[in-house]
Amino acid sequence: MARSRFRGDRGLTLRMGGVGFGLGALYIVFGVILSQTALGGLGFVIVLAIAWGQWYFSDSLALKSMRAQVVEPHQAPELHAMIDRLCALADMPKPRVAVAVTDMPNAFATGRTPKHSAVCVTTGIMQRLDADELEGVLAHELSHVANRDVTVMTVASSIGLLAGFITRYGMYFGGMFSGGRDRNNNGGPAFIVVFLVSMLVYAVSFVLTRSLSRYRELSADRSGAYMTGRPSKLSSALVKISGDMARIPNKDLRDSQAMSAFFFAPAINRESIGALFATHPPLQQRLDQLAKVSAELSEQG
Amino acid sequence: MGFLDSILGRSKPPEADLDVLFAVPQAVISLQLEGFVPTGSGSVCFRDVEGRADDTAMAEAEQIITSSPGSTVTRSDDRFGFHWLTVTRTDADVSGLVADLHAVNSSLADAGFGTALLCSTIAFTTPAGKPIGLVYLYKRGTFYPFAPDGGERRDNATELQVRGLVAEDVPVEQDLTKWLAIWGAPGLG
Repeated sequence: MARSRFRGDRGLTLRMGGVGFGLGALYIVFGVILSQTALGGLGFVIVLAIAWGQWYFSDSLALKSMRAQVVEPHQAPELHAMIDRLCALADMPKPRVAVAVTDMPNAFATGRTPKHSAVCVTTGIMQRLDADELEGVLAHELSHVANRDVTVMTVASSIGLLAGFITRYGMYFGGMFSGGRDRNNNGGPAFIVVFLVSMLVYAVSFVLTRSLSRYRELSADRSGAYMTGRPSKLSSALVKISGDMARIPNKDLRDSQAMSAFFFAPAINRESIGALFATHPPLQQRLDQLAKVSAELSEQG
Repeated sequence: MGFLDSILGRSKPPEADLDVLFAVPQAVISLQLEGFVPTGSGSVCFRDVEGRADDTAMAEAEQIITSSPGSTVTRSDDRFGFHWLTVTRTDADVSGLVADLHAVNSSLADAGFGTALLCSTIAFTTPAGKPIGLVYLYKRGTFYPFAPDGGERRDNATELQVRGLVAEDVPVEQDLTKWLAIWGAPGLG
């Protein structure tokens, strides 16, 4: 009987399920509170529209914001050949392939479904990594596509978007609603409750989505490592890129912070941002996990 | 992959489907009627995995083929990090060849490397004397023809002709984007 060397990570799955459950509960509580006020309904519709747009157009938006060009097989034959083989091994539809001309060494995956997705690498990463390491990075990005990370993260972060929206612009709308024709309604106190709840929801959802993002990275590392069968190549790519990211001036990095959640390595390198708020897990944790995968793959018998 | 697997980020590597390969002899008969001649060689292509475990499995597979009468096996690596085990039968017997290829697959799958299997090829010569391969995709359980035509070009007309010829004998890959170009495959080009 054929056996598989693939080992799931139950701990990671449980933690991810826990965070998902927490976010779901937060959605329900926040929804119930918002449905009590007209303001909540309005904010809900606007944010839903924004989030849907971001999700639906995620591939073209992300490629445009990075000024990435989609490349055809004759323009980048080696890159396409690598992705063709990985997609055949993982039995997944081939995403569009794009290259961004920037010295920042990075890669990202985007798109609403595996069929409408794109994988982008920068010229910086192609110069720094050898073929095997680049393949490891591509497998990591393809795993993001297979795990539907854009969809998951959009759904997860929409609640933060909604809460942030109300916290920022709610004061204006709140004044409008309570200052209406009936000055004796209780719009004022109700608004203050919504405002305070929104701030709290924003803070909690921020921590939750960031931890979800870190778990998704670990799981993409894991699936990517099994896809290529060479976890150590992904490790060495991580080490190379992380070292490089720290040496690059901050100006370039700030431009692309909004994109950071889907990057291969985070574009923010300030130590002061605590581990709780990081979009990516610490390098050491990623390397440790890959070392475990390597041991599982080389087990004899 | 299910909804829950997406939510929890568990994409498992797909397992290889090994048994569909036994449908090949029927397709070979159809191809022979149109002047395509099997060369008696075929290969198994799979991903190199770090560590020694896959090399051990590969050595075992080679041992099995070498002990089978009339078969020889050679090993080659391509520039994409894949190994090719090529089996050649002196009697050009396709059923025997398929049995040999299946033995290679099974020993890799038994060692836990079923997920590393990419494709398998059966080599033919076209009526015009050019090489063409019938390629089996393990993860999809389907076949497609691959006809290299000098340099990195493919003879699409011959490929589509072969697709029609074998359509009733083996499951043919319907999605043309899955017709992977395997440049430099042993015995082809």
